[in-house]
Amino acid sequence: MKFLDEYRDPALAKRLVERIHSHSLHGLRVMEFCGGHTVAIMKYGLRQLLFPHVELLSGPGCPVCVTANAEIDKAIALAKKPEVILTTFGDMLKVPGSYSSLQKTRADGGDVRIVYSAQDALEIAQGNPDKRIVFLGIGFETTAPTIAASILEAQDRGIKNYCVLSLHKLCPPVIKALLDSGETKLDGIILPGHVSAIIGSHPYEFIPRDFGIGGVIAGFEPLDILLTVEMLVAQIEKIIAECVVFYANLRETT
Amino acid sequence: MCLAVPFQVKSIEGDYAHVEIGGVSRKVSIMLTPEVTVGDYILVHTGYAIAKIDEAEAQETLKLFDEYLEVVETE
Repeated sequence: MKFLDEYRDPALAKRLVERIHSHSLHGLRVMEFCGGHTVAIMKYGLRQLLFPHVELLSGPGCPVCVTANAEIDKAIALAKKPEVILTTFGDMLKVPGSYSSLQKTRADGGDVRIVYSAQDALEIAQGNPDKRIVFLGIGFETTAPTIAASILEAQDRGIKNYCVLSLHKLCPPVIKALLDSGETKLDGIILPGHVSAIIGSHPYEFIPRDFGIGGVIAGFEPLDILLTVEMLVAQIEKIIAECVVFYANLRETT
Repeated sequence: MCLAVPFQVKSIEGDYAHVEIGGVSRKVSIMLTPEVTVGDYILVHTGYAIAKIDEAEAQETLKLFDEYLEVVETE
């Protein structure tokens, strides 16, 4: 794939890590909000590379993990209805509700089907006109518009047996709640790239303004993350806090 | 679920595009990015294009890593 090797270039990564280590500051706490960043950080061992200068903390940015039991219970109750086919992203299958999971419900005879896209759920709806197809709408700002698009598409195509159980969540209020609680002391936040491709950078401006810490919107390759950490450390050293976009797709739109 | 994967647009039919990357092809919706044309690279999330990827921009960003380091290393 084009550019992939370049964004994982070990020589550049080494220079960035050395640069981060050259700052006089130690024990800075930087949170990656998004689970996608956590995956990249683990995969490339970035946490160990940056310690003890920077401690990377994993944030609550996974829409599957922050789904409440009661919401899963609702989905299970719907999946148990004989007229319903419940369609969902695969991630949700094993997540426990108060007393069961969608996987157990399926084993007990509920019609629960994994789809890759809300579009696949539309196809199931078209092929099963005597059933009601419920799509489990899980996700942050990146996913919500795609599911909204599927509702418009259902209307365009005259599909009347398609519905969405919307359990979507927004990122900025979650970050605000976390900072408001004061339980976690943070020196900077790595902000989610894909979410920001939808919402831009404006909704994060409260972070430097109200909490005095920096936030950088980052892509998901190791160099993106390392440069983001370096930018945050440089901000702390210079005692400034601002919201910066370091995500190529976004620069034109914000 | 939160993954977004880059694909190249091979053909367009109304709100849909046939896209391909590394031998994998799919039909995706371009309802959210009506500006894309054949040959463009797009970021696909759960079967929908959510952004157009600008090749020049990707190249520019790569240069930025180097330039940034050169500036801070000589500070």
